[in-house]
Amino acid sequence: MSETVKKPILAVGPFHPLQEEMEFFQLTVDGEKVTDIDVRLSYNHRGIEKLSETLQFDQIPYLVSRICGICSASHPLAYVQAVEEIAGVKPPERALYVRTIINELERIHSHLLWVGLGGHFIGYDTVFMWAWKYREPVLDLLEEITGNRNNYGNVKIGGCREDIPEGIEPKILKELDTIEKKTEMLTKAILDDPVLHARLKGVGVLSKKDAVRYAVTGPTARGSGVDIDVRRDDPYAAYADLDWKVITQDAGDVFAKAVVRLLETFESIKIVRQAVKKLPKGPITTEVKQIPPGEGCGRAEAPRGETFHYVRSDGGNRPVRHKIRAPSYVNVPSFKASCIGADIADVTLTLAAVDPCYSCTERLAVVDDHNNVIHNHEALLRLSREKTAKIMKETGAPGLKLEDI
Amino acid sequence: MEQQELESRLSQMEGKLIGTQQTKNNRIFLLCEAEKCSDVCRFLFEELSLRFVISTGIDADDCFEVLHHFSNDQTGCMVTVKAFIRDRTKPSIGSITPFVPAAEWIEREMHDVLGIDFENHPNMRRLILCDDWPEGVYPLRKDAKL
Repeated sequence: MSETVKKPILAVGPFHPLQEEMEFFQLTVDGEKVTDIDVRLSYNHRGIEKLSETLQFDQIPYLVSRICGICSASHPLAYVQAVEEIAGVKPPERALYVRTIINELERIHSHLLWVGLGGHFIGYDTVFMWAWKYREPVLDLLEEITGNRNNYGNVKIGGCREDIPEGIEPKILKELDTIEKKTEMLTKAILDDPVLHARLKGVGVLSKKDAVRYAVTGPTARGSGVDIDVRRDDPYAAYADLDWKVITQDAGDVFAKAVVRLLETFESIKIVRQAVKKLPKGPITTEVKQIPPGEGCGRAEAPRGETFHYVRSDGGNRPVRHKIRAPSYVNVPSFKASCIGADIADVTLTLAAVDPCYSCTERLAVVDDHNNVIHNHEALLRLSREKTAKIMKETGAPGLKLEDI
Repeated sequence: MEQQELESRLSQMEGKLIGTQQTKNNRIFLLCEAEKCSDVCRFLFEELSLRFVISTGIDADDCFEVLHHFSNDQTGCMVTVKAFIRDRTKPSIGSITPFVPAAEWIEREMHDVLGIDFENHPNMRRLILCDDWPEGVYPLRKDAKL
């Protein structure tokens, strides 16, 4: 009689609404430990690269801004930079500053969104509510500047479509002060909390070596001590004129990634403030009549990492090839290095730490086909929160209260 | 690595290349035949420690092109290896995944959408296409009728 040993597989997915794409994680487990991970994706492939070949160059920014609602400034920016490279166009100074302001506001709201979700996953719902409350005015600012809270549609080949409304500068600066103060309180509450230290340190460690092997980008790389940031390394928009620094941490765990994101938020606030004060006068667009044959690479630092667009033109009015790489495409495979050997309770958080908003899905289910146990979204959250509660009890720490922040 | 050093190190690879293009925007394209591609990429990744960014597969009219994009983050220079696959009936090229694990997904994707075979790839399952997609239909080819 032949006997095959069946390894229990926890099936996480395949529906993943918060990430705007479906993903299916199959965790091979031994008890509570994860021994292997397999990712299946593309359940909802939208064929944007192919679609892009059917559109004219000036229509594509609106297509690519719909790749991701949260990164809807960085995708069109990377694309127009690639096309501007082919055409040899340099947008006017003012347009570069407007692009910088919009992209940094996007980073602030995305990082705050992540902090909130991270708090929610481990049972700190106060952090969730406060972070999202502080995020709201950022979206309001974006709405006032571009007309939309997301999908700004403000960047075009050769410059920007709309200028910053006249007289809005004092309001932006005032809001930034408020956001900075609130984020400072939030950061202090998070970084000084002994329970969070115990809960997040040493969890989901991605070593520097693995970060290089898996070529991760953004806060995922910077949290593992890889000092890269396209804004500094291959400067675009107005970043080279402004004073800011790249935040890195060496530990590679979830805590390090949280620290990177929180401190980056302050750098973004600094960047917007300087850009608003230095905003040069003048036109916001130059006319681009034709895109010559050629190829160009455009890069922009999205909140989750480097966004890369490659465009090839044959001199017609449509690209012959348009390759897009969003940061999660390289960040997600690094789970193979950071999740193996971890507890299921920690995997929830580790997967969330690269910011694909993993746990907040109603149809997320864990199926143990060995014992026929089904864990749903609530059960996974409970596992993660129980661990936090256990640490709280062990350290004798009081829970985080509203008045603490 | 400084730009000058990068350029001089890249010139060591000249024997394997059929041409080099450099644009004023800090982009270098290394042109090679498919057979030499993985050697060139191994040199860039292991010897020069360039960061792998992504690959692009292109259906050019007379051949397939596979572009591996690398980044030298110290200078913001992008080095792209452009490999030409001349055989259109059975396109095939050496995989870089054995030494650049980050390339696993994109090589599987190119295999799906363009039908390019990556030799020595450790896990050539479908990534983009669903399981019941018909064999031999490649959606990103120019002659695809969808």
